[in-house]
Amino acid sequence: MQAANLLLLTLVLAMAAYGLGYARSRSLAMPLGGIRHLKSLPFYYGARAALWCALPALVVLALWAAFQGKVIQLLVIGSLPPEMIPADEGRASLLLSKISNVASGALPPDFVEAPIVEAAERLQALRARSRMLMTGLVVSVAVLAGFLGWLRIRPRINAREQVESILKWLFFACASLAILTTLGIIFSVAFETFRFFEKVPFVEFFFGTSWSPQTALRADQVAAEGAFGMIPLFTGTLLISAIAMLVAVPVGLLSAIYLSEYANRQVRSVVKPLLEMLAGIPTVVYGFFAALTVAPFISNLAASLGIEASSQSALAAGGVMGIMIIPLVSSLSDDVINAVPQAMRDGSLALGATQSETMKKVIFPAALPGIMGGILLAVSRAIGETMIVVMAAGLAANLTANPLETVTTVTVQIVTLLTGDQEFDSAKTLAAFALGAMLFLATLLLNVIALKIVRKYREQYD
Amino acid sequence: MTDQRSQAELVRQSLKRRYRKERRFRAYGITAIAIALAALVILFADIIGKGSTGFLKTTLTLNVQLDGQMMYLDDATDERQLKMADFVEPLIQALIREIPSVTESDRSAVRGLINPYASVTLRDALKANPEWLNTTRTMTFLAHSNVDVYVKHAGNEAYSIKLSEQQRSWVDQLQEKGVIETSFNDVFFQNGDSRDPSKAGILGAVVGSLLTMFVTLILSFPIGVAAAIYLEEFAPHNKLTDFIEVNINNLAAVPSIIFGLLGLAVFINLFGMPRSVPVVGGLVLTLMTLPTIIISSRAAIKSVPPSIREAAEGIGASKMQVVLHHVLPLAMPGMLTGSIIGMAQALGETAPLLLIGMVAFIVDVPDGFFDSATVLPVQVFLWSGSPELAFIERASAAIMVLLAFLMSMNALAIWMRKRLERRW
Repeated sequence: MQAANLLLLTLVLAMAAYGLGYARSRSLAMPLGGIRHLKSLPFYYGARAALWCALPALVVLALWAAFQGKVIQLLVIGSLPPEMIPADEGRASLLLSKISNVASGALPPDFVEAPIVEAAERLQALRARSRMLMTGLVVSVAVLAGFLGWLRIRPRINAREQVESILKWLFFACASLAILTTLGIIFSVAFETFRFFEKVPFVEFFFGTSWSPQTALRADQVAAEGAFGMIPLFTGTLLISAIAMLVAVPVGLLSAIYLSEYANRQVRSVVKPLLEMLAGIPTVVYGFFAALTVAPFISNLAASLGIEASSQSALAAGGVMGIMIIPLVSSLSDDVINAVPQAMRDGSLALGATQSETMKKVIFPAALPGIMGGILLAVSRAIGETMIVVMAAGLAANLTANPLETVTTVTVQIVTLLTGDQEFDSAKTLAAFALGAMLFLATLLLNVIALKIVRKYREQYD
Repeated sequence: MTDQRSQAELVRQSLKRRYRKERRFRAYGITAIAIALAALVILFADIIGKGSTGFLKTTLTLNVQLDGQMMYLDDATDERQLKMADFVEPLIQALIREIPSVTESDRSAVRGLINPYASVTLRDALKANPEWLNTTRTMTFLAHSNVDVYVKHAGNEAYSIKLSEQQRSWVDQLQEKGVIETSFNDVFFQNGDSRDPSKAGILGAVVGSLLTMFVTLILSFPIGVAAAIYLEEFAPHNKLTDFIEVNINNLAAVPSIIFGLLGLAVFINLFGMPRSVPVVGGLVLTLMTLPTIIISSRAAIKSVPPSIREAAEGIGASKMQVVLHHVLPLAMPGMLTGSIIGMAQALGETAPLLLIGMVAFIVDVPDGFFDSATVLPVQVFLWSGSPELAFIERASAAIMVLLAFLMSMNALAIWMRKRLERRW
């Protein structure tokens, strides 16, 4: 049975357990003189039985579903004739995809060697057996545990307290998923990054000025040794983010100032949702706009002015990214400007300052730390943005500060290195994880600093 | 006296300058808003301009002579003969009859007007109605995508380069005669992806998106709400709770592509889950949207006034009963609003899905959570990378569908906030 169906079945069993538990608590209470002689309401006895039934079964189901794929893969690889057992992980994954293609019928069995056909059959047999075992195990765990839970219903036990404490622990588990996610991110990038630094020296990665991750696929192939210097990616990312900030900060900040200090309620209620709309547009749409409208426009414009511009200029990607970030800057600055106490505004106006003088000399300095925090958050958003640059910026890792030339960014390289055919052990794919680690650290640092600034500033006027 | 007056004079003199500055500052603000709104308008106008023709298809209505001899077919019920028979020839002949100036030597140019899949349409029709053999039928076929693009953008040089001068004049003639027509593009909503733009559709991607969103919703909403309840109502103030909160805030700002790396390393490489399936996509998007949902759910719980809790506790409800029976129902509208916004974010997300392989070329409409699929934004990405203008048109049309989904979700969220949320 498929995992999804099994999940439904478990839920049905849990509901049955609820009903039976409910009925049993009532029938146990009957001779005592009604449910008021139970320690808890019948609902809680039912819920207790249902939790007993569902929780262990779901844990088993989740573990099985998570690990069955890997275990089956290992078993299939292990059962191959010794001369075919792949030497490294990259070949293993190639071989496995071949086997699973044969098993799914995508690859006709006549095209591959006999052991692979056998392995494909074994794969299917193992999958079928795994499904059967999983079904059997989950159902029997559910029934057994549910039965135990049902059997142990006594009028004296405090079912409500038990149910509530189980629920509390469940809630806690959900909350701590955030920690697990962070740990997962750290481990998944850190592990591969360490392996990357076994292949490529530390110094080359951080200080190398050339990036061309094409390595020879076979030993006898004549190809360039891959170069893994992240400086050009780093500068490319910075260039595009800087262009984005040049668009987003003035526009976002000035519109926030206008909306909070000058605009009347009517204008605000129209303009604000429209600005928020910019934030709701998916990044792939911005990428489409940048690559197919803005970039050709810029290169045509430059050509008509007699300047040479690449058709994938940093300016197009950065400019469109800036538009995307406007609402972020404007809403964060709006919050901060509104947090400045009205007394400061009134004081300045009472002294005869104009509104713009009040803004520039009183409110802006007071709001500056908060605005800086907001800008840092926007920068972290810009360097982590992927789709716009994947579609509109190029792949060529140029070390340049000219916004009309093509540059590439960290995120573009991660996507290019990890999409398409890949062997999981090459320096190429590992490099993507190393870049991911750098990106994660950079954005984490920016966020932590930004949140600190924003929080510290907020406390000042609270 | 004179001193005071001269000072007042000074102020008055400077006033003009200061007021001018004031007006200039105000103008800056208006310009900034105008720039932002202009960007929005240009973006929408560009996409609608590029994509509105994607909702149209170009068809050829032909009187096809199903001549058995010409098609090398004498029994239309015979599978093998059907496979070998020539279904292109009757189409070419039908077209040649429609264009007076054409001669036998222009055959290949005429063939360039017919969609490569038109012969398949004809074969399927004959297979369903074997008695049509050796009769003449009026049928409608898709035109070649080059014709499609040329017809829809008449007069635009960039869209007509793929047809020769001669072919263009034929198309013009056929359009006048009513053989070539444009109509609503139902193919676009009924098909999966295809190598031929006139056969390519978004159904596969829409179904893939729905499956992925379903997984995301059933995981992230309960988990997010449970986490928010714990953090707001039960969490003791200790280091662990603080650490969880810091983690949630940071995860909300982690770039989405990092979640793709996590999904690749954990779900695919560690657990051996298949690539490009909606389940893995849903899991990755769940992790990505959880912080958003937790944060908005906490805000919703916070907005329930303490008097409700105190009243419930006062009549003997346990802490859990207070939360589940009173706080949660009152906070639910806010939680749902936040979740819809989180879902809208997830629906538009592309980058992490590229890394877990949901970027493959998939023709079939996925039929389950473990079936290879792609999603709507990824489909946009795939098409917009194509050099063919017809695919660009479809990418814009797909964007319009995507934006329609997103806008209706956001409108629903706004409506719910207005209708259901209580002010205390």
